[in-house]
Amino acid sequence: MSEYNEKSEGTGVIGWVDARLPILSFIKNHLTHYYTPKNFNFWYFFGSLAFLILFLQIFTGIFLAMHYKPDAKLAFDSVEFIMRDVNLGWLIRYMHSTGASAFFIVVYLHMFRALMYGSFKKPRELIWLFGVFIYVALMAEAFMGYLLPWGQMSYWGAQVIINLFTTIPFVGPEIGIWIRGDFAISDPTLTRFYALHIVAVPMVILLLVILHLSALHTVGSNNPDGVEIKKNKDENGVPLDGIPFHPYYTVKDFVGIGVFLFLFAITVFYVPEMGGYFLEHANFIPANPLVTPDHIAPVWYFTPFYSILRAIPDPAYGALAMALSIVVLFFLPWIDSNPIKSIRYRSTLFKINLFVFVTGFLILGYLGVKSPTPLYNALALRFSEMYFIFFAFLYFYSYARASTYTFIYSGILIFLIAIYDILRINSDNYIMVLTGLALVCLFVLFMTLAPLYSNLNVEKEVPDRITG
Amino acid sequence: MSKDNLDNSRRKFLTGSLSIVGGTGAAATLWPFLSSMGPSAKAKAAGAPVKVDISGLKEGEKIDLIWRKKPIWVVKRTKNMLDSINISDSQHKDPMSENIEQQPDFAKNKYRSLKPEILVLEGVCTHLGCNPAYKPDTNDGNLGKDWEGGFFCACHGSKFDLAGKVSNGSPAGANLKVPPYRFEDENTIIVGELPADNKESKV
Repeated sequence: MSEYNEKSEGTGVIGWVDARLPILSFIKNHLTHYYTPKNFNFWYFFGSLAFLILFLQIFTGIFLAMHYKPDAKLAFDSVEFIMRDVNLGWLIRYMHSTGASAFFIVVYLHMFRALMYGSFKKPRELIWLFGVFIYVALMAEAFMGYLLPWGQMSYWGAQVIINLFTTIPFVGPEIGIWIRGDFAISDPTLTRFYALHIVAVPMVILLLVILHLSALHTVGSNNPDGVEIKKNKDENGVPLDGIPFHPYYTVKDFVGIGVFLFLFAITVFYVPEMGGYFLEHANFIPANPLVTPDHIAPVWYFTPFYSILRAIPDPAYGALAMALSIVVLFFLPWIDSNPIKSIRYRSTLFKINLFVFVTGFLILGYLGVKSPTPLYNALALRFSEMYFIFFAFLYFYSYARASTYTFIYSGILIFLIAIYDILRINSDNYIMVLTGLALVCLFVLFMTLAPLYSNLNVEKEVPDRITG
Repeated sequence: MSKDNLDNSRRKFLTGSLSIVGGTGAAATLWPFLSSMGPSAKAKAAGAPVKVDISGLKEGEKIDLIWRKKPIWVVKRTKNMLDSINISDSQHKDPMSENIEQQPDFAKNKYRSLKPEILVLEGVCTHLGCNPAYKPDTNDGNLGKDWEGGFFCACHGSKFDLAGKVSNGSPAGANLKVPPYRFEDENTIIVGELPADNKESKV
């Protein structure tokens, strides 16, 4: 039987099957003999947790689909029917709605891990790319799912997001009508979002997850030291700093799953609406195309990007900036070419840059749920600039730069930031504009010139083996 | 730590106890999902007892109503019809109504009813669920010479007498089901509720 598959496992019936369908070999290659770095820490829980939540969402979603009715006349009532009349339907729905927020929390932490430890860098560019595709698909999935309860936020949130597409020059309005299937959001929009939400996008996400994991298992996991464990192997070809995924990390992941499920259950049972952040209050009112709620904000996981959209007082450029803020993520592996992966061995400036970026992202998220005021708008604009500057600095810190290059690069960045302020400054807003501009420019000057005048850009030597 | 010092019994205990606790948790988690597939509070409310007024029902007539999405027949049997019902014969599979699934205790009697003349049945053939037709006439040529009136299921040819008892030779295996019902007053039947005194009675 070995003529079919030289690497087949087992004998007898098991061997016969494995030669034709390598289940045992698969388990061996991807679990019991898949070697992972021995120094995974807290930040490595979130991949397996994301996988668990994906399963949870699909499972709860199937049961919700048994009771939900995708019809503009029936949708809202069918959700109330699930909440009140279906046996434990409230529990299933709250698991699904909490699961959506949990998914994004876990995915954001997972992405932050990749930023910290350089997990997107060569040779793991494809893992990152598939990951960003998953993230985008997840946003589409969450957005379309949010329309289904057909409440006020469902309706007006979808109204705002679909209108983003109408800002595309020339064909925008036609695209908007095509997406909605009507001149306004209505029954055809709901039914197509339902089909996409429960069938098409989940299949895309599952496929992307398979690709993400296949790419991961081809090159192996990165780790908090950013050291390639495959460079140091023993005589059997087993990495010296590697341990089999099973049982070591399956056991570790079970601990993470236990803690996660504990927090998840507390949320589902006691605070499923999370004060209006997981399920917005206005969504308990049926959709009304004639009345917009006083304050509309997207669900929390979209708010950083929503802030970037609002920061620019022009529909087309705002939408463009928001699109760019996501597109730029795809290019991360080529923006940051610094060979050092882990934050442990990178410069102080890199740490400041990442800290400011994450803080700024959180502030953008906070601003996105608030009603716009002049101060909030000014802050949103500055932190949107900081969002993009993060990537400019990542590129800048990829190599040691000559002083001429430094000055030119610094000058270009400041010019790009200042030109917009010069165009809009007037006697009413000059204090706010100049203060903001000065702060951002000072930050840019500090971050770009520090390598010339301080040792803040000194990087540590990366060890050959995993430490500790 | 050298491999010789590994305490495998502790490890086995931990693995085993974790598997049991985790497995129990996973099984318990399935409960809400399985439960959600059962009838909802709305469906149960729709399955509540229904009231029917039989003051206009004439002798020999049958009226249909719906209870829990099933047809319910109410027939007012004539004296002749009652006379045709015989429990001592050998023409029926369950002449004594001994299959307790098929009627409440109060209907385990000759006429399978609370009051002899009023028959209440679920109009669902006990073979594969078709609706049998009401054939009260004794001279219905299609049903043979012996036909004494009853119900005939056109799907697969099952025959039932005027008490819903299944005839020998029918594909159906059990008598037509008597639903729970009670008389609120002389002319009002509530289908879906048992009488206060639900006991076997000889009518």
